[in-house]
Amino acid sequence: MIDFLLSHPEKIITPLLEHVSLTAVTLVISVLMASVLTILGTAVPVLGKILTAVFSVVYSIPSLALFALLIPITGLGRTSAVIVLCAYNQYLLLGNFLTGLTEVDPGVREAAKGIGMTVMQELFVVQVPLAKKALFAGIRLAVVSTIGIGTIAAAINAGGLGTLLFDGLRTMNMAKILWGSLLSAVLAVSVNSLLKWAEKGVFR
Amino acid sequence: MIAVKYEQVSKQFHKNVKPSVDGVSAQIGEGEFVTILGSSGCGKTTLLKMTNRLLDPSEGRIILFGEDISTVDPVTVRRRMGYVIQQIGLLPHMTVEENITVMPKLMKQDIVQVRMRARELLSMTELDPDTYAGRYPSELSGGQQQRVGLARALMPDPKILLLDEPFGAVDAITRINLQNELLRIHRETQKTFLLVTHDINEAMKLGQRVMIMNEGKLLQFDTPRNIIRHPADPFVEALMRSASEQHSFWKEVLDD
Repeated sequence: MIDFLLSHPEKIITPLLEHVSLTAVTLVISVLMASVLTILGTAVPVLGKILTAVFSVVYSIPSLALFALLIPITGLGRTSAVIVLCAYNQYLLLGNFLTGLTEVDPGVREAAKGIGMTVMQELFVVQVPLAKKALFAGIRLAVVSTIGIGTIAAAINAGGLGTLLFDGLRTMNMAKILWGSLLSAVLAVSVNSLLKWAEKGVFR
Repeated sequence: MIAVKYEQVSKQFHKNVKPSVDGVSAQIGEGEFVTILGSSGCGKTTLLKMTNRLLDPSEGRIILFGEDISTVDPVTVRRRMGYVIQQIGLLPHMTVEENITVMPKLMKQDIVQVRMRARELLSMTELDPDTYAGRYPSELSGGQQQRVGLARALMPDPKILLLDEPFGAVDAITRINLQNELLRIHRETQKTFLLVTHDINEAMKLGQRVMIMNEGKLLQFDTPRNIIRHPADPFVEALMRSASEQHSFWKEVLDD
């Protein structure tokens, strides 16, 4: 295994960097998207329920099938992968965001309304700061899930650590399989801890 | 001038269920201290919440200083009056000063003036600004939290202050102190106070006039003296008797 790393370092480092960038792009887009949908869902609660239901259906479609479904539309490659990963993330993010925000103490929310806050002021000045924990939990869940499902994206030529895994499986190269799995696990764990650490910084 | 006028106000939350507030009509003069007395579920809080449009009546109208509030945007209505609720009314993630100044800051008022007024109001509610301005609600006692809630409600200099069981969660001694301070603040500010309570002694002590409610209906609206002397209804009479029995027990013990 170490021999493989020493003889072909680029065959490990390139997929790793691809995977990190795929995850980062997906994360930025899906958090922005989920934030917009959450604001809409807060303003119109029925819409929030409908969106949650729709994305739970999407989430239940196996990733390989969803990747395949998109090939005729957006073709092989990263674009299709990012779309699928963002769609999956909406279920995790929207669910956590909406639940976290609505679980803020109703007494506190009523006080905010009572002193004359608008719906949006209540959301940003009261609900978001008080629901920070749930919001971050949603983001961490989404990142870990993206790193995991992202390996499958190699099947549609989106690169990443999945290429190592699929290559290894095809050629029965144990070193590739091990590096692929090890690195995606390490990536998931370390990004999760990094976010936890960042979260503490935001809290104080 | 009439501050608040209720015209046949009713609130029915669900069809087929008895209305929570049932045809209440009353007028409250500017600068008056009115208390609303009743047991839980009598509709007193619902009536108060309709006054600042946290709820809207199913029937009837509420007129504030000559203006039908159903024609005014709810947020605007609420910003015109102070609102104090029991216990958790403070925003837990903000300091005392931030709690008091959050609305004027959101409305982009001059920060220096806002902070000065916040300090004045803290002093008025007997909290030393230097000691308490930077504390979080969780670092305060129940009574101190209520003082902050009161200061926050007075911040926009509203003509009307709505208080929903403001002293429901504090101990008896603190409660008496807060009641006396509320009376002093009412004298000093000359604002219209509307306070909801289930405590008969509190209602009779604070209110220049008392509204007695039961099962959504307004049974009597008069001065404490008139209510005690001439109860308008068997329920009011029973209520007054229960209070007087308590008092005679105290008197007996003390006279022994």
